Amino acid sequence: MSTETTTSTTTAAQQAIDTSADLLRFATAGSVDDGKSTLIGRLLFDSKTIFSDQLEAVEQVSKDRGNDYTDLALLTDGLRAEREQGITIDVAYRYFATPKRKFIIADTPGHIQYTRNMVTGASTADVALILVDARKGVIEQSRRHTFLATLLGVPHIVVCVNKMDLVDYSEEVFETIRKDFTEFASRLRVPDLTFIPISALVGDNVVHRSEQTPWFDGRPLLSHLETLHVASDRNLQDVRFPVQYVIRPQSHDARDYRGYAGTVAGGVLKPGDTVRVLPSGLETTIEAIDTADGPVAEAYPPMSVTVRLTDEIDISRGDMICRPNNSPAALQDIDAQICWMDESAPLVQGKKYAIKHTTRWARAMVKDVKYRVDVNTLHRDEDATEIRLNEIGRVQLRVTQPLFVDPYRQNRRTGAFILVDEATNKTVAAGMVGSLPHAS
Amino acid sequence: MTSHVLSQLRSLEAESIHIIREVVAEMQRPCLLFSGGKDSIVMLHLAAKAFAPARIPFPIMHVDTGLNFPSVLETRDRWVERLGVQLVVASVPEAIERGLVQEEPNGSRNRIQTPVLLEAAEKNGFDALFGGGRRDEEKARAKERVFSFRDDFGQWDPKNQRPEVWDLYNGRVHQGESIRVFPLSNWTELDIWAYIEAEEIDLPDLYFATEREVVDRGGMLFAVNEFTPLKDGETAEVRSVRYRTVGDANLTAAVASTAATRAEIVEEVAAVRLTERGATRGDDKVSEAAMEDRKREGYF
Repeated sequence: MSTETTTSTTTAAQQAIDTSADLLRFATAGSVDDGKSTLIGRLLFDSKTIFSDQLEAVEQVSKDRGNDYTDLALLTDGLRAEREQGITIDVAYRYFATPKRKFIIADTPGHIQYTRNMVTGASTADVALILVDARKGVIEQSRRHTFLATLLGVPHIVVCVNKMDLVDYSEEVFETIRKDFTEFASRLRVPDLTFIPISALVGDNVVHRSEQTPWFDGRPLLSHLETLHVASDRNLQDVRFPVQYVIRPQSHDARDYRGYAGTVAGGVLKPGDTVRVLPSGLETTIEAIDTADGPVAEAYPPMSVTVRLTDEIDISRGDMICRPNNSPAALQDIDAQICWMDESAPLVQGKKYAIKHTTRWARAMVKDVKYRVDVNTLHRDEDATEIRLNEIGRVQLRVTQPLFVDPYRQNRRTGAFILVDEATNKTVAAGMVGSLPHAS
Repeated sequence: MTSHVLSQLRSLEAESIHIIREVVAEMQRPCLLFSGGKDSIVMLHLAAKAFAPARIPFPIMHVDTGLNFPSVLETRDRWVERLGVQLVVASVPEAIERGLVQEEPNGSRNRIQTPVLLEAAEKNGFDALFGGGRRDEEKARAKERVFSFRDDFGQWDPKNQRPEVWDLYNGRVHQGESIRVFPLSNWTELDIWAYIEAEEIDLPDLYFATEREVVDRGGMLFAVNEFTPLKDGETAEVRSVRYRTVGDANLTAAVASTAATRAEIVEEVAAVRLTERGATRGDDKVSEAAMEDRKREGYF
């Protein structure tokens, strides 16, 4: 919708908005000493995203501290409390763009006490960058980060073997780490795993190919991120449209308008498609798919659109539009993995929480804690009865009304939920729907 | 058959619309904070898109410091008229008059607008306030949630933020508490301009370069006008300048530029080497943690 006078000709800029580069979200996790901040600083610096006033400030601080190199890690310093303690507390979001792509980095701290921050960053990520210190090899932290990334369904994992300059760019060191890591990762679901030998400090294989690693035939990190194919990671098969808001203008010129606004969570919707609406189960046809710029021929994730239907049926927020022969499961008993995020109290069997799934709120009771996973060893403790801050566990929930769910592995939007403490209103858990009951 | 890949600007647009709708669906009484600057205008434009063909179902609020560039007010009124949206004005001069806040020695009303904003929000019962902040602007913003919880004093506690996973936003609050919502969190300055160009968005003319009478103060170019008159010993010069941000007229400097159209600004922004706030805002230079401190007090 142009808010000014509409003209019939489209300008180059108007076309560019639809053909501009796509978006890639990646998450990094790591602690101060493994070079994560330096790597991000390097990506921003070498891709010319850093502004000169930011760089000057960082150069000055590095000089004041007597550092040999400009400490690019300072570019990602955030809050005062973090500067004082020399740590990263929270998820920080960074942005940079190349002609090929725009990147959103969710930069998260690596220590175990910040697992919830990593879960937050990974929840929407297309790619997870795992940093491994070439001198230390695959350590507990690398395993934990990889486990969390796969738990959150991040489809691509890139292992940056960092500080190669400190091991004389040894191919042997790199290969040993690759072998160790691959062996560990074979126990997890990793659809796409890539290894790159880098030095964030001096810039090897970050943006520019390094001459120090002639034995490496892969691409530098940035070029890998620019060309990674992520479109097919989205579920375009199963139509899922959670109704977010009903648009009914109270005005003269659009009095009969009734549209269902929402964000496409799966599949491709087209006018003329027969659809089923849950929970009523009624079937009707898509009359049109509207946007403020006019109707569109199809809608796919993550478009925000307004769907009009041919029949007047009672539909409200929290309902789900899908296809007659392809519906999510309507479940009140849900098997899920959860990450507990609340420091004040653990998840306990029998307690009730508010639950938000797509656009629907309900209440849920924890029927059973099936097991708790040790995020470092992947060991399952089946005697566990509670799940504490930063722990992962598998639970059985009983919900007050049916939720329209898919397994998280099939759809990261319709398979995800949060639990909210009803007394404090805090978000206390991130949940992922596991397997569905057979033939339900 | 298309590739079903959404461009990055359309992805950002879709995300913002999703956020705005979510607030309206879940909160009791939302309100959009409108400064007349480009970010709040883009946000208002997105709000209009989110509910089309219906009108925007919430009011907008302008915290009027009394130090507005005239063209900012004109632009505000054009938008209000065109969208048929309700405008609430919270006046800082009026708050000074009745003693709610006191003028600061340096003449900046940046800090004293916070109590005025909080009072107006409370009086109107707003439990959700949309702000045009972007995470690329500043270090403290980079760590703020899209739904940013505020206690009953409007304060932000950076160490105690609600986890925000997927697009499952949690706006639940108790009486007196509120959330600030930042639908433009993931946009950069360049994204904003590319979008303004593509959507032909109506902005104050201050953003576009023209010859203006300016005075150079420590590398910052201030327009010579009623808000920033010449001081003794200063000389004015005529230069082609434009504004990159639009704050209070007595504090916002212009930058040398010949970019007179939206397209030229997009080109300029793509090549520019200074952050927006570093280049033009006297009020953000006070200390390294200036923004963090103001946000804790309830500022945007």
